[in-house]
Amino acid sequence: MTELPLIGEASTVAAEPPLAGARIGVVTFPGTLDDRDAARAVRLAGGTAVELWHADKELGDVDAVILPGGFSYGDYLRAGAIARFAPLMSKIIDAANSDAKLPVLGICNGFQILTESHLLPGSMIKNDHLKFLCRDQVLRVENSNTAWTVDYQAGQEITIPLKNQDGQYIADEKTLDALEAEGRVVFRYVGFNPNGSRRDVAGISNAAGNVVGLMPHPEHAVEAGFGPESLDGVGGSDTDGLGFFTSVLTKIVGGK
Amino acid sequence: MPRIVVDVMPKPEILDPQGKAIVGALPRLGFTSFSSVRQGKRFELTVDGEVTEDILAQARDAAETLLSNPVIEDVVNVEVIEA
Repeated sequence: MTELPLIGEASTVAAEPPLAGARIGVVTFPGTLDDRDAARAVRLAGGTAVELWHADKELGDVDAVILPGGFSYGDYLRAGAIARFAPLMSKIIDAANSDAKLPVLGICNGFQILTESHLLPGSMIKNDHLKFLCRDQVLRVENSNTAWTVDYQAGQEITIPLKNQDGQYIADEKTLDALEAEGRVVFRYVGFNPNGSRRDVAGISNAAGNVVGLMPHPEHAVEAGFGPESLDGVGGSDTDGLGFFTSVLTKIVGGK
Repeated sequence: MPRIVVDVMPKPEILDPQGKAIVGALPRLGFTSFSSVRQGKRFELTVDGEVTEDILAQARDAAETLLSNPVIEDVVNVEVIEA
């Protein structure tokens, strides 16, 4: 086992050109937990991770942004409701809606922030069984054309960790029908719906496909020896989540 | 000092998992007359001085933008309570 990389040594993963030229911002809010894992995932995919602070007034020089998981503001009021009004969020919302179509990925609490920001439709409420749930979850990639899924095949099944309490995705029937018709249901739970989400929705995108949000955590499945396969052998591989981060790098480098 | 009370409830068509858990617990304590519970939120906004029409309008605006999420919740009441 000695050949496996150590979790604490992110700095030893040196990014190489041209991917290293792609700068992916990772936003930290008060109460964010998974910012370091998200930054590490970016580095393992070959990109350069840029730390961003929620109170920053400017977005700076980044090619994409990740809103990581955690409990921003302790989930007070509603999950993501206060973080959504952070100074940096207004810049991210503008950039995501601009012609440049800044790629934005919201993971778990980041997904909740995206729905509260109205960058993505619908909302998240408490899991239907009311419990916090942590498990390795099988997802089907329904749309491989978004900025964050181009390195997957449509219909591909991946296994990544899921851990949340407010994970039940809801929207009215009209919105759900529109999401389905436009191919904006990007990920669906397979085999088991862990939270009562409508139509087994695990993740969605905006119309342009640059903004994607999902409840499970791809950044926790990017490294051999530390992913779902090593823990309980449910299938997939340890690195099923890495495709999110290579996808956006492919998109950025290809588009330059 | 006067307070502006804002009441927010989950929309009727939204399943309220917390209310469901509470309605399940009531009969265990012998409260058998209640067929449904829905749990909402009450906010109290304290105002230093008089509540003008402008301040009340600000409260309504805050209720719609921050205190509630229109996708899942309704603002069911905004009223002034004189202390």
